[in-house]
Amino acid sequence: MSVSARDYSIIGPESQRAKDAGLVSANWYRCDVPRDTMKSLMKRRNGPAVRDTLIWLALLGVSGWLAHLSWGTWWMIPAFFVYGTLYGSVSDSRWHEFGHGTASKSAWFTTVVYHFASFLDFREAESWRWSHVRHHSDTIIVGSDPEIAVPRPTSWIAHLAEFFAIRSVWAECKKIGYNIVGKVSPTVRDYMPESSYRRSIWTGRIYALIIAGVVAWCIVIRSVEPAMFIGLPTMYGRWLLVVYGLTQHAGLAEDVLDHRFNTRTVRMNIVNRFLYSNMNYHIEHHMFPTVPYYSLPALHEAVKHDMPAVYPSIAAAYREIIPALRRQMQDPTYFVERSVPGVAAGSTA
Amino acid sequence: MSGTWLEVCGTDDIDADDVVRFDHGDRTFAVYRLGKDRYCATDGLCTHEDAHLAEGFVDGGIIECPKHNGRFDICTGAPKGVPVTVGLRTYPTRVEGGRVFIEA
Repeated sequence: MSVSARDYSIIGPESQRAKDAGLVSANWYRCDVPRDTMKSLMKRRNGPAVRDTLIWLALLGVSGWLAHLSWGTWWMIPAFFVYGTLYGSVSDSRWHEFGHGTASKSAWFTTVVYHFASFLDFREAESWRWSHVRHHSDTIIVGSDPEIAVPRPTSWIAHLAEFFAIRSVWAECKKIGYNIVGKVSPTVRDYMPESSYRRSIWTGRIYALIIAGVVAWCIVIRSVEPAMFIGLPTMYGRWLLVVYGLTQHAGLAEDVLDHRFNTRTVRMNIVNRFLYSNMNYHIEHHMFPTVPYYSLPALHEAVKHDMPAVYPSIAAAYREIIPALRRQMQDPTYFVERSVPGVAAGSTA
Repeated sequence: MSGTWLEVCGTDDIDADDVVRFDHGDRTFAVYRLGKDRYCATDGLCTHEDAHLAEGFVDGGIIECPKHNGRFDICTGAPKGVPVTVGLRTYPTRVEGGRVFIEA
């Protein structure tokens, strides 16, 4: 049986359909939070951002040093596993938080960490700022959101490939290919204004230059070791980013204007919350992106009465996600409908 | 061209380093209090998408839009951060008899 797929391109026919349906740049539901509470939650502090960044960089440095020392022995496997995960996965939430500009009071610190994390994630920093703006405008709106990670019907091969960032790195290589010849890809042009083209092109060229330099270094010393430290960790260290990232929206509704229906908040332990910068409070983040990551647990307390039930663990979220994705292989119209306070069941159907 | 002076609220109706929304006819404004006694006014909606800036975050003379974290200089309306590319219109303010007025 063939299963018809929607077009998830943001420059295809679904784009006009989303606009015609009033789903683009629309007003989204927001929980009512008293202004004084919001003012307190939105406050920026340097302490948590500096502390968490230093811990992350220290772990990256120590694991990298151990990986270098163990090169050529079996010990390099666990060492590179840790280093790669800190490089290719933990950088994702840093990219995200510092991209929003909310993590710290210091503009230069925010900019430096954002660019550093963007490179580790192999995401050309300028265009990805704008991609993520669109993701927040039109979250999981088919034809408009460029960051839909789980198109329907489900492709398990694509998901497995993403554990090694194969699809996303290839997509980024194509985008940077445009940058190298002084252009911006047609998809990026849809969400990034012309005033950012130059910065995007040069950022892409710098990434290409760094990667080319690493390849040349490997050739000169006849060893893949430099690439194991710079570049390749984006791929071999990607797994945790996918594990966390899939909990955000996978299997939930498309084309709705209420984040409580298309986004998950998942309870995580303190280690995962550090590695993921509290992005497990994902509904709260989408609803109130001005709240920095260290205030999301308090925001959650302020709005939980108006939220769907929290998933008690990552495993609990996957007990819903995997069957939903399996069903979406055959039935792309299927989604998990969440029970939301004050909203009648079936309202997103 | 000078406009009409519109009464917004009492001076203490806006907390220090905060913003309130002021609607007049079919127009909407954001009126700010910076520090103890400086008042500023801008258009009320973000130039990127129609979000009310009065729900945003005021910090050091900058207003951050609640929807996408776009930033504007409160006093000049100038864009100060992605995704804002177009500035806000600003309006003169004055305080008289404990009341805040804007000229719009």
